[in-house]
Amino acid sequence: MKLEGKVWSFGDNIDTDAIIAARYLSTSDPVKLAEHLMEDIRPDFPGLVEKGDILIGGQNFGCGSSREHAPLAIKGAGVSCVIARSFARIFYRNAINIGLPILECSDDLSHLQPGQDRLQVDFEEGIITHLETGDIYKAAPFPPFMQEIINLGGLVGYVKNRIKG
Amino acid sequence: MNNGGSTMVEKILAANSGKSKVNPGELINARVDLALGNDITAPVAIKEFERFGLDEVFDRDKIVLVPDHFTPNKDIASAEQARDVRDFAKKYNIKHYYEIGRMGVEHALLPEQGLIHPGMIIIGADSHTCTYGALGAFSTGVGSTDLAAAIAIGEAWFKVPATIRFEYSGTIPPFVSGKDLILYTIGQIGVEGARYRAMEFTGEAIDKLSMDGRLTMANMAVEAGGKCGYVQPDQTTFQYLDGRVKNDYTSVYSDEDAYYEKVYQFDVSSLEPQIAFPPSPDNVYPVSAAAGTTIDQVVIGSCTNGRIEDLRAAASVIKGKKVHPGVRLLVIPATQLIYRQALEEGVLAAFIDAEAAVSTPTCGPCLGGHMGILARGEKALATTNRNFVGRMGHPESEVYLCGPAVAAASAVAGEIVHPEEVK
Repeated sequence: MKLEGKVWSFGDNIDTDAIIAARYLSTSDPVKLAEHLMEDIRPDFPGLVEKGDILIGGQNFGCGSSREHAPLAIKGAGVSCVIARSFARIFYRNAINIGLPILECSDDLSHLQPGQDRLQVDFEEGIITHLETGDIYKAAPFPPFMQEIINLGGLVGYVKNRIKG
Repeated sequence: MNNGGSTMVEKILAANSGKSKVNPGELINARVDLALGNDITAPVAIKEFERFGLDEVFDRDKIVLVPDHFTPNKDIASAEQARDVRDFAKKYNIKHYYEIGRMGVEHALLPEQGLIHPGMIIIGADSHTCTYGALGAFSTGVGSTDLAAAIAIGEAWFKVPATIRFEYSGTIPPFVSGKDLILYTIGQIGVEGARYRAMEFTGEAIDKLSMDGRLTMANMAVEAGGKCGYVQPDQTTFQYLDGRVKNDYTSVYSDEDAYYEKVYQFDVSSLEPQIAFPPSPDNVYPVSAAAGTTIDQVVIGSCTNGRIEDLRAAASVIKGKKVHPGVRLLVIPATQLIYRQALEEGVLAAFIDAEAAVSTPTCGPCLGGHMGILARGEKALATTNRNFVGRMGHPESEVYLCGPAVAAASAVAGEIVHPEEVK
C-alpha cells in the first residue's frame, strides 16, 4: 500500500483528551467526532484538515485514555495515516484494530511545513519519501502478526476469520 | 531474549497462552479471565461485536459492564449509550452488569466485589484497568474493538512487556500516601518512562503500604506509559481478598533471577506530599513548590483516590473546619459500599458539615464529563489521575493533581497547602 498526502505536525505526548475531548464522547460516529479533532490544542484544526492528509506526531502519540474515539476521529477526518516517533500502547493497538494506518519513524520530521509539505508513504517497504525534496525516511515495518490483522481489515476481520476457522 | 527466570507478569501471560515461558517482545494470544467495559467504551464494542454475527458471548460470567463515566445519565445522548449497554447486558444475560444504585467507579468496584484475584488476566476498555495489578493480577487497558473480540472469543493479543522494577525504601512520612509515591515516580521517569513496560512495585515501603494505597499506585501506571503496574501478593493482599473472593487461586511471584530492564530505587523517608502541575502528570513537584496557588474547585474521588482510606484521610484533615468561601469541594465516594461505610463512620458528616458537596459514585468531573466542569480560567486541585489540557472542562482551565490529605487541606485554605498548615 502506498499513499500520499500533506502533513500536519504535532509535538510529543499528544494525549487522547487532546485528540478528542471527553465532552464529545456521547457519540462514536467518526464524522461527528472529526468535527472536534485536536480542538482543545488547535481550535482551527477541524477546518484545516483534509481527506488524505498525514498526521505527524513526536514521542508517545496517543497517551492517556483508552478511548477508541481518538483514532476514530482521526479516521473520520479522512486522515490517511499517522506517523510518530513512538505511540502510546493503547492507541497503537486501537489504530491497528480499527484499520487506521500508523507508522513509527525515529527520523526527525519536525522540519516539515504543516499544510504544505507532501509525503509518500510505502507501507510494505516502510519508506517515507518527501515528494518535493526526495528526502527519504525509514519507518519500522510491522511484525507479521500485526500485518495479518491489518490485511484482514482490522481486528474484527481477524476474529471473524478465527470464528470461521 | 532471556533464559533466566520470569517476572510475575511473564508467568501469568505464559500460563494463559499455553507456553512454559514467554519473553519480552514476544507476541502472544492469551485467554482473558475478565473483560470490562463502561458506558463510553462498551457501546462501541457492542457495535463491533454485533458484526461477528454470534448468538452468544464467550462466557456471560466473565464480562463486566459498569456504566460509570457519564452516569447518572448527564444528557440524552449519554442516556442512550447507557441504555445500549443495559440492553446488551439483558440480551446476553451478562452476570456482572452494575446498574446505578449498585455500581461504582469500575476500578474501585471490581476488587471490592471480589472479581479480582492473583494470577488473573483482565482486560478493560478503560486505560485505568491497570489498577488490578495491586492484587497480583495482570490487567491492562485496551480499546473497544479489543473488548469486542474478547467478548466474542475470550482472548486478546499481547506483546509481552519488559519489566521495570521500582524499589521503595524507608518509612512513608505522615500525610504521604500511595498517590504521592506514584506521582513522584511518574515525575522521575516521565509520561513515557515506562511505555509498553510492566512496572513492579516493591520494597519495604510497599510492604507496609495499604491495599488502597497499592491500588492507587497501580492505577496510575498508565500515566507513565505502563502496560500494567503490580505488587506481588503478600499478607496485605490475602487479608483484602479474604471473604471477598470465593474461587481458589494461585499466587504468582517473580523469580529471583527474573530479567528487569531497569531498576529504580527511591528512598521515601523524606518525601513531601507531591503535586502534578498542569498540563501533564509528570510535571511533579513537592507541595511546597505549589504553595499559595489559589484554587476554585477541589475534587476528592475517582478510580485513583475515591476509596475509603482516601476519604478517611481527607475527612481527618477537614473535620471541624469549613471549606474556604472561594472554593467548591466535591467529594465522590467511588462505590456504593464505600459511600455506606463513609456514612457509618461519620466521614460524610465531616464533609457535609464542612460544606462540601457529596455525590453518588461517578467518574464525572475526572474526565470533564459532568458533576463539576471548570469554566475558562478556573483552577482545580484533584485527587484524580490526569491534568491534560481541557481534562476537567474548558481548554483554558487547569488541573493540579494530589493526594487526599493535600486536597482536603487546600479546600480549607483556599490555596494549595501542606496538610500540616491546616490546624
